[in-house]
Amino acid sequence: MVAETTVATGTSVLPPAALPSRGSRWKRLPVVHQLRQSVGLQRGMLVAGLVITGIFVLTAALAPWLAPYGYSQLRDADGAFGAQQPPSAEHLLGTTVGGYDVLSRVIWGAQTALLVIVVAILASIVLGVLLGLLSGYFGGWLDRLLVVLADAIYAFPSLLLAILMAIVISGGQSSMWGGILAAAFSITVVFVPQYFRVTRAEVVRIKGEAFVDSARVLGTSHGRIMFRHVLRNATRTLPLIVTLNASEAILTLAGLGFLGFGIEPTKAAEWGYDLNKAVSDVTSGIWWTALFPGLAIVLVVLGITLVGESLNDLADPRLRSRRAAAEVSGEVAETSVVPGGTLTAGPGGLDAIEGAGSRSDVLAAAPARPDPDAIAPDDATAAGPAAPARGTPDDASTDETEDRR
Amino acid sequence: MTTTTSDPQVGEGRAATPRAGARRRGGGGGLGSYILVRALLIIPTVFILVTTVFVVMRATGDPITAALGGRLTPDQLAERIHQAGYDRPIIVQYLEYIGGILRGDFGTTLSDNRPVTEVLATYGAATLELACYALLVAFVVGIPLGMLAGYFRDRTPDAVLRILAILAYATPVFFAGLILKLIFSVGLGWLPVSGRASTRAEIQIQMLDDPSGFYLVDAFRTGDPDVIVDVLQHAVLPAVALGLLTAGVFLRLVRTNVIGTLSTDYVVAARSRGVRESRLVRTHAWRPALIPIITVIGLQIAMLLAGAVLTETTFEWKGLGFQLAEYLQARDFVAVQGIVVLMAVIVAVTNFVVDIIAALIDPRVRY
Repeated sequence: MVAETTVATGTSVLPPAALPSRGSRWKRLPVVHQLRQSVGLQRGMLVAGLVITGIFVLTAALAPWLAPYGYSQLRDADGAFGAQQPPSAEHLLGTTVGGYDVLSRVIWGAQTALLVIVVAILASIVLGVLLGLLSGYFGGWLDRLLVVLADAIYAFPSLLLAILMAIVISGGQSSMWGGILAAAFSITVVFVPQYFRVTRAEVVRIKGEAFVDSARVLGTSHGRIMFRHVLRNATRTLPLIVTLNASEAILTLAGLGFLGFGIEPTKAAEWGYDLNKAVSDVTSGIWWTALFPGLAIVLVVLGITLVGESLNDLADPRLRSRRAAAEVSGEVAETSVVPGGTLTAGPGGLDAIEGAGSRSDVLAAAPARPDPDAIAPDDATAAGPAAPARGTPDDASTDETEDRR
Repeated sequence: MTTTTSDPQVGEGRAATPRAGARRRGGGGGLGSYILVRALLIIPTVFILVTTVFVVMRATGDPITAALGGRLTPDQLAERIHQAGYDRPIIVQYLEYIGGILRGDFGTTLSDNRPVTEVLATYGAATLELACYALLVAFVVGIPLGMLAGYFRDRTPDAVLRILAILAYATPVFFAGLILKLIFSVGLGWLPVSGRASTRAEIQIQMLDDPSGFYLVDAFRTGDPDVIVDVLQHAVLPAVALGLLTAGVFLRLVRTNVIGTLSTDYVVAARSRGVRESRLVRTHAWRPALIPIITVIGLQIAMLLAGAVLTETTFEWKGLGFQLAEYLQARDFVAVQGIVVLMAVIVAVTNFVVDIIAALIDPRVRY
């Protein structure tokens, strides 16, 4: 995950490729930059998140060496493991109802989870960004159609959508890669609208900038303008969505597994599947089969969310705590960075400042859930009156991510 | 005292002019035309969802093969498919399906041969009941804690509460449910493990003339205090498991907005007049911070429904979600389709209602 968030995280306005290669390059690397910038509680949260995420990635990578047994191993030299054995020296976390070693399956499960996250996010970035770019750049009926479609899909309970996709994609096959790809693409369908909307909003904004006009006057081709001039400037908010989506992907995968759409236990280890099998154990007081896979999910989601939250706060100058100016920033507390603002009441309306005003000061804060009106003020289909409150950065992660279950 | 009482009047007097102005600027029908446009927009949304679900479900092949594939000979299978009309062109089937939905006919389930509408009516109430409990928990837990966190911004209570909110988000509802069960049902034995009521209470409820499906309502109608207690006991764990998730969302929202309102001029003014801090938070900063909650509830309903599927499976709460999981296992895609479409409609309609409420509360919402 760290590798992924490094793409172009946060506050750097220039894409990483364009950074001057001075000696301080290391300090300007996205996550490193934020780490240096952060103080106090925020730094603690970021560090804790990075550590947990790091452990998760390492566990996934080293699973074959860390796990005492294979994920589908039922017996060793001494005979069968036995079902529902309590934790012991041979099986540190006990065995499941199916006779697998719990510890091994928890460790191997990290691998499955990581693979699903990576595939799901790569696929949704490629699809979502491409569609958003085309839609925002060319506009017209295609744009309107895609916006309506994205809105409709977005309003849909995501777990149900993922279930539908899982039925279509896997339709019974459940090999390791088959299962992983099925789960990943089911999640992709849920995520694509988010990347689409964010990219489109940025593209629509950038399209009107002078440098795009001048490129066009020079006779640059559409393709070159789109990818070189517009896309490069439109990606700054993506890393934040990536972190938020990574945690969501795990929860969706676990939800699918819990409902029986996961991966067969003989093909790969999957936490949601194990929890499903643990439901009946719990009733008879067997706690180890449920506790450990569940804790694994909680820890990983917690770690990634902490990183995402911290990056989100740090990207917003008004939410960022500062060393000396911490008290001052406490007073400047209107926290929406999304055009359209929050509904925060107050004479004069902060909306006036935020909505109409300069978007240039909205540096790298991510409208994880972009205000539809900001995307298309003239677009009747995107009338999003409920949007204002959705845009506060603190809840951007929340309502973006939490309605996904 | 005099200052505090005169305060709202002054506020009203000041606010009256711009509010009237906004109403006039809204032009034409204002709220009326806004509601109309929003209502009309539901139709394409629902239509797209229904179409998507239909296309997706049929992309896997016909439902009969999926449900009964291994159990019948190819000839019998073909016979059944022909009877149900699944061998006709897909576009004809699609039009028929849409027509059926318009007439309120969602088809018949394959696994137990019941009209889908009957399934929806029977189990919908249970899910709705669970969702209401969960929302209640979310309000009771989320809003006060959010106010607390916002007031103590960046200090210890805030840090603790924020970590808890993230934890609430990071814990899958079914895992939360399992842990609650382990502690309170299996470990301490305080609460029942699963179901909506014990067998005895359930029988009493079924005996009623016209059971509403809402067990708490029905329990009150039986008039037996034991039944009421029993139903409530069964509701506690599922409600908490599902509600905590939403409580985390509310906590963060209220926190952000309380931080915002606490620094506004009118709060500073009230503080300088010597209004007590507790009163400041409870009356002055609190109310404006609630508006975003209302607008977010629309989104939360979608989340609650998805969460309900998982919670109901964990607690064997016989609602739509539990039933959906059952039908999924049986590969009964007609039933799945019906339940999913219903949930999509619920989400679309809730979002509409929430948008209208938001527009009523705050005229600025209408552009």
